[in-house]
Amino acid sequence: MVEWTDAERTAISTLWSNIDVGEIGPQALSRLLVVFPWTQRYFSTFGDLSTPAAIAANPKVAQHGKTVMGGLEIAVKNMDNIKNAYAKLSVMHSDKLHVDPDNFRVLAECITVVVAAKFGPSVFTAGFQEAWQKFLAVVVSALGRQYH
Amino acid sequence: MVKWTEEERRIIRGVWEKVDIDEIGEELWARALIVYPWIDRYFGSFGDIFTTTAILKNPKLAALGKVVLSALDTAVKNMDNFKALYAPLSRQHYEKIKVDPDNFRLLAECITITIACKLRAELNPQVQATWQKFLSAVVEAMNSQYK
Repeated sequence: MVEWTDAERTAISTLWSNIDVGEIGPQALSRLLVVFPWTQRYFSTFGDLSTPAAIAANPKVAQHGKTVMGGLEIAVKNMDNIKNAYAKLSVMHSDKLHVDPDNFRVLAECITVVVAAKFGPSVFTAGFQEAWQKFLAVVVSALGRQYH
Repeated sequence: MVKWTEEERRIIRGVWEKVDIDEIGEELWARALIVYPWIDRYFGSFGDIFTTTAILKNPKLAALGKVVLSALDTAVKNMDNFKALYAPLSRQHYEKIKVDPDNFRLLAECITITIACKLRAELNPQVQATWQKFLSAVVEAMNSQYK
């Protein structure tokens, strides 16, 4: 199982307690759809995704961004058991949604850029970045775990 | 060579002119060495590079940060043919320094995050997309002489 230092646990809880999922989630998902446009194929029922402005204004993108970001709460509350906590979600993404698991890594990258931009260098230090990226890497791995 | 629209050129220049090479040069090594600690294998002769404080005070890393960002400046100023200009650099990293090329991608990621911290909301999705396209082209140019 993943080992967390006290510094890493502090970093994750500090960042998480200052993250508004309704703010960060939509921004992260919008970025994913703009920076990695092939991901739009998963959202064909979302309406207009034709320009960055349309994506930013799209209410379904905003709602889904909030849902996905809120899903990180499972990990924050189960830091010592992330793999099992995400087992059902992993099965769903594999069997029902057919999401290429490489997209989890790419979405994690977008979330990190939004978090970095929000907190700036004095809060999002190298140490915090290390903890945050490790945390997201564990979540990404857990989400890909039940794929076959 | 990659093709750039006028809009993309404007965006890249806009991001680059906000980058202070001295400031960003140090911070990016701090992020790279803390987040991807195996990178320290390339810096055996650099002294203390094992904590953020030490990294930010290390003069060899500061100097190397400037070198790396100056090379990026070359790419910004030669957007239509930096692949050719980077060939000797790529060869040097392959033959002499023996850098695992996957590290170019990781360093590019740290550069983007350092810039995101500095530019905040100005690094909007479209700007990020263009900036990452540019860094991908730079990473590819660094890979070009690897066999």
